Amino acid sequence: MIVEIGHYALVLALALSVIQTVLPFWGARARDASLMGIGPVAAVGVFVCVAIAFGALTWAYVTSDFTVRNVVENSHSLKPLLFRITGLWGNHEGSMLLWVLVVALFGALLAVARNMAPGVLRADALAVQGLISLAFLTFLVSVSNPFARVAAPPAEGQDLNPILQDIGLAIHPPLLYVGYVGFSLVFAFAAAALIGGRIDAIWARAVRPWCLIAWVFLTLGIAMGSYWAYYELGWGGFWFWDPVENASFMPWLSGTALLHSILVMEKRDALKVWTILLAIMTFSLSLLGAFLVRSGVLTSVHTFATDPGRGLFILAILVFFIGGGFALFAWRAPLLKTGGLFAPISREGALVVNNLLLATACATVFIGTLYPLALEGLTGDKISVGPPFYDATFVPLAMALLLLIPFGQALAWKRGDLADAVSRLLFVMGVSIVVCLAIVFIQRGGPVLAVIGLWLGIFVFVGGANEILSRSWKRGVPLSVILRRAAGLPRSAWGSAVAHAGVGVCVIGLAAQAWSIETLATVRPGQPAIVGPYEVVLTDSFSRQVANYREDVARFHVLRGGAVIRTVDASKRFFPARNTSTTEAGISTIGFGQVYVAPGDAGEHGLGVRLYWKPWVLLIWIGAIIAAIGGALSFSDRRLRVGAPTRGRRKDMAATNVPAIATVAAQ
Amino acid sequence: MTRKKRRLLLIGSAVAVLSVALGLVLFAMRDTIVFFYGPTELAQKNIQPGSRLRIGGLVKEGSVERLASQQVRFAITDSNADVRVSYAGLLPDLFREGQGVVAEGVLQPDRTFVADKVLAKHDERYMPREVADALKKQGVWQGGETAGAARP
Repeated sequence: MIVEIGHYALVLALALSVIQTVLPFWGARARDASLMGIGPVAAVGVFVCVAIAFGALTWAYVTSDFTVRNVVENSHSLKPLLFRITGLWGNHEGSMLLWVLVVALFGALLAVARNMAPGVLRADALAVQGLISLAFLTFLVSVSNPFARVAAPPAEGQDLNPILQDIGLAIHPPLLYVGYVGFSLVFAFAAAALIGGRIDAIWARAVRPWCLIAWVFLTLGIAMGSYWAYYELGWGGFWFWDPVENASFMPWLSGTALLHSILVMEKRDALKVWTILLAIMTFSLSLLGAFLVRSGVLTSVHTFATDPGRGLFILAILVFFIGGGFALFAWRAPLLKTGGLFAPISREGALVVNNLLLATACATVFIGTLYPLALEGLTGDKISVGPPFYDATFVPLAMALLLLIPFGQALAWKRGDLADAVSRLLFVMGVSIVVCLAIVFIQRGGPVLAVIGLWLGIFVFVGGANEILSRSWKRGVPLSVILRRAAGLPRSAWGSAVAHAGVGVCVIGLAAQAWSIETLATVRPGQPAIVGPYEVVLTDSFSRQVANYREDVARFHVLRGGAVIRTVDASKRFFPARNTSTTEAGISTIGFGQVYVAPGDAGEHGLGVRLYWKPWVLLIWIGAIIAAIGGALSFSDRRLRVGAPTRGRRKDMAATNVPAIATVAAQ
Repeated sequence: MTRKKRRLLLIGSAVAVLSVALGLVLFAMRDTIVFFYGPTELAQKNIQPGSRLRIGGLVKEGSVERLASQQVRFAITDSNADVRVSYAGLLPDLFREGQGVVAEGVLQPDRTFVADKVLAKHDERYMPREVADALKKQGVWQGGETAGAARP
């Protein structure tokens, strides 16, 4: 019964999304406030219905209802509760349901967040968001129904891919989807601006909070996915330049560029056409990611049971929105009044360079990801493009960008003074060079590229800190005043400083991996293996039965200078339901570094292990989290100001959109 | 600075960055790309030893030899031709005889293959796509890709 309610709610959501698409759009054209007023109601309705559907499927998973095909294929009654719930999106249908839930969530948030955007713009954006819901709901209901029943229900389910039975599945996909799909609303705003033919600072102000939310979640989603891959796949790597990873990284790069260009648009009323284009591109890349990952074009742990019909359907959605977005752009963009040009040496000039480098870096990732697919389609040759390609293309561009971050931050809006910026950065450069040399000296040298990377990371980090320092510190001023001044700086200034410092921390972590150590060893109990400054000794091995798997555990002691400092368990798990085993690496955190023990096969010579010492590896993810915190800080500033526009500005808006604005404001 | 000059500067810098990136991409494409072959293709095409490749197929039944110090030798087959592979390191969990595998490494002058990376499937339901295609070419593919879904 509950499953039928879920299915029914999904169909109802589909019907409501048609209303959400048509009525506000019509109302905006006819300047009919009551029609436009239906948009928010319908958007909330779509969200409630999808949430009911989602709840119903969750119920089926929690109660192990093996009459539902989706549950049969991806669950097992012995699975712990958390993994029974997360198994919902560990498969094709369920993950698309989660996707739709987030699309509807953003529609509902826009509907609830009043005063965030002028009336016509909001109505059109809701309509476009409704169209996106409509497309994916049609997909779910027609070819990817998560509520399909099986004729002969089995007694037991087939269990979830063991690699996905991990806390990572509870964290990574929801964060990533909020990020991916958050850009759908930015796209909706861009399309709405093109339909309305009006973009200005008000548009930028309305869109920036959404862009920030999406960016924060995408950053966290990618970082958590990377950490998950790091500890679960047992190769000690955290980024493989796998097409699936690139699929999430491209919208991130483009979204980061968008975040910066919106700023220029808001402050200087420039880069308008480019910003709209970036908004369309970012969501297009999100859709491309969804297509690459879900259609079965690429094979990876993310590819669930593939079905060509579904791939084609997603391709159709992709073509419709990307094609539609760009067609709208080609048709309307020439009519938009372009903003003025500005001095090259200025904050906005630096942001243009930022956009140029980010967009180009994104393009190199795009080529590396899609070229193999294109080549195979054209010639049948199968190639793989791996880390060496990105090291040679993406990395130099990223390094140039990192080098320029502190300079951009030090330049003033409108008319910057390069000499002044450089003189302000002399301190930052000095500090970063000294710190970097000290680290390299302690490490007794290292590869040149890694030293440069390390310096860049420190430079960006100190540059971020200097942002706050230079605005609050003055010689002879007492510390209490400095602290009060720093605390009084706008949240967005803190946000930008913290986000850039986070990028710096992440880069330090990445560069430090050049000093990581990898050893392959065959160990017997009591026989130590050396990895970097540590010794690892196998002390014990035993088997145990846990929930739905059996586990062979090898227990190791980590020693430094003969003293045991950590105990770490590495294991092999065997899942009988799928006749599959997984390896759980033993990871022991020492400071910001980690000793990583990946167990192999036990043979007559002993147990094979791969040992890593990864100095400062945690900084990679800590940096990403710091950057996300920076984004959140910036968001909290926006909300205060956007929520309460000044009287003068409202009058100004009302003058152009009289009937619409008046009614929305009166609501 | 005049408006025209500013515009030229903007376009000029965009062109400069894009051409540098294009140069990097073309340069990287020449050196860093790894081709994929099945055992039959490898035997037919006259590939120079020393080049970096990926080869894929099934792990031949009874071919896996585990030597001391984590050395492993096995053969990759598509039932028509075999390639001998040696590898030092830990094998992935789903590495089994008769299962699909992809090895990345360097072809030796004696036509054996020294792998430095061995990839198996992430999930017992799926076959690496390249392997499935290579097997289809040899007519040994049984279409087991959705075998899991066909179970009740």
